[in-house]
Amino acid sequence: MSRDDFLARYAGRRLFLLGDEACAWGALYAGCDFYAAYPITPASEIAETMAQLLPQTGGVFVQMEDEIASIAACIGAVWAGARAMTATSGPGFSLMQENLGYAIMTETPLVVVNVQRSGPSTGQATKGAQGDILQARWGTHGDHEIVALCPWSVEETFWLTIKAFDIAERLRTPVVLLTDGEVGHFREPLTLPHPKDVSVSERRLTTNREEVFGPQLVPPMARFGDGSFVHITGSTHKSNGLRDVETQAVHQQLVERLVRKIASAREQLRDIRSEIDENASVGVISLGAAARVAFGAVKKLRNRATPVSFLRILTLWPFPERDVRDFCERHRTVVVVEQNLGQLKRVVERFSTNRVLHYGKIGGVLPSTDEVAQFLQEVVNETA
Amino acid sequence: MRLHRYLRQEALPTPFCPGCGCGTILNIFVHALDELNFDIKRLVCVTGIGCSSWIPSPYLLCDTLHTTHGRALAFATGVKLYRPDLRVVVIAGDGDLLAIGGNHLIHAARRNLSICTILVNNSIYAMTGGQVAPTTPKGVRTTTTPYGNPEAPMDAALLVAAAGAKFVARFTTAHPFPLKRAIKTALNTDGFAFIEVLSQCPVSYGKLSGLRNPADQLRFFKENSVRVRSLDEARKYPDKITVGVLVG
Repeated sequence: MSRDDFLARYAGRRLFLLGDEACAWGALYAGCDFYAAYPITPASEIAETMAQLLPQTGGVFVQMEDEIASIAACIGAVWAGARAMTATSGPGFSLMQENLGYAIMTETPLVVVNVQRSGPSTGQATKGAQGDILQARWGTHGDHEIVALCPWSVEETFWLTIKAFDIAERLRTPVVLLTDGEVGHFREPLTLPHPKDVSVSERRLTTNREEVFGPQLVPPMARFGDGSFVHITGSTHKSNGLRDVETQAVHQQLVERLVRKIASAREQLRDIRSEIDENASVGVISLGAAARVAFGAVKKLRNRATPVSFLRILTLWPFPERDVRDFCERHRTVVVVEQNLGQLKRVVERFSTNRVLHYGKIGGVLPSTDEVAQFLQEVVNETA
Repeated sequence: MRLHRYLRQEALPTPFCPGCGCGTILNIFVHALDELNFDIKRLVCVTGIGCSSWIPSPYLLCDTLHTTHGRALAFATGVKLYRPDLRVVVIAGDGDLLAIGGNHLIHAARRNLSICTILVNNSIYAMTGGQVAPTTPKGVRTTTTPYGNPEAPMDAALLVAAAGAKFVARFTTAHPFPLKRAIKTALNTDGFAFIEVLSQCPVSYGKLSGLRNPADQLRFFKENSVRVRSLDEARKYPDKITVGVLVG
């Protein structure tokens, strides 16, 4: 059965899904037809769902021998014409970093899902966390930009997965879907759309190998078997893909273009939700599962007639610098709520001249809304 | 000159040191393609990092995917699974395929996808200047075993056969004609096909081991090779270079 026929049967159906399962469904709607991964908690349900769905729609599922091989197989499949995704969690994401850099350097569109769990190392393998915010940004070596999206619900996981594929194709780059163990294991209702109502940018293809790696900001791609005899390498290369690791200008032009194509799309990729209260002197910035708690706490304070603003970041990288700067300027104190020891806070601080505080709880449990509300109340009291 | 059409002219000349076996293997591989009248539009060569990864990439005029160290087979698995109609070839060195990428090799053989894999075994990490490899014979001096290699080398062909490969052969650069026949068989094998080619490295391997002259190394291959026709026969000569088709 074709993918569209298969999905059309589900149009309008309301399913009660895990965030992980919604990610797999989103991938299918986005046209993902290749999935390679290695089992890991709390991301395994994505693989299990893909293993069920892909063979029914003509796609390929393979369980590889490790996470390094998983992302490698995806990159190989993409150059063979696939739309590919892999999913993992902290330890596996660490293993993928070298090939994530390879995908950036070779401009290979693919989606890498990291259902963040508590680390470092094996940490609390079954518990959620948000400790990979900066790893997603800087995990692979060398100068680069990355795109990372953070959903806070099952439904949003579905739609951001689709968006991740769209961005990957539009910018010809890997996109990280940075979910977390909580969001991955939330079970919430999701109404599936008709496949005709979901669109993802088509890949621009060429058979002229001279233009596959520049000079266009986002060059067209080649595909194996088309007779273009493309050469792909993670080494510094010229527009025709051939290696040139000696000429300084070749490296600078290549890496600056790779950085520019993402950085210059910052406004286009910008995705935030904000509720500014003109009377608030305190604002809260959060993302992912932590934002559910943070938003609950903000609502509690508002119910007590204490004004607090709220900003939720969906596109984490490239960072919504303008929105965060404006938000910080409007509030004398900004509290960053996240499930780590202050990773997002450090980034926010770069764009704030006002006070930035951190509220985070690690150890595999989200703070309660009461805990966060109490903290915020104290901050409001001392800020006033 | 007829065979030049298989080569990416703008990338030539090759970077191989004088006396290196990589040029010989490129030559034999191109002859095998030509004798099969191979449609190179259907050919994808996937390589990792190391001198021998340069044999097809970028010099062969086909689709070439030059990947990260040790991971060529994992990338190739993705290509082959998505496009079973394409012929996927991996040419890789012993450090690449057996050390950092050893697990991918075992699982590629177990998975038994039709990937033609040529291991170019020069017994050394040549590109990085001559460090000990998992194939370096015991006692041999390298830059990281200045007092002699204390470890035993591994037999890749036996390993891959045990993991389930459909076709396994071993030759040396001193056996160009049987090697060419084996490559032709491997290119048409339905299942994982593996050829180990012992190759000379007069520069990085030769500098401390004493085999600085490529002709001496080729002579060594010839004098120490035993022709066998099965795995069982190969096991009878643990101290020799057993050459021939071991499986298939």
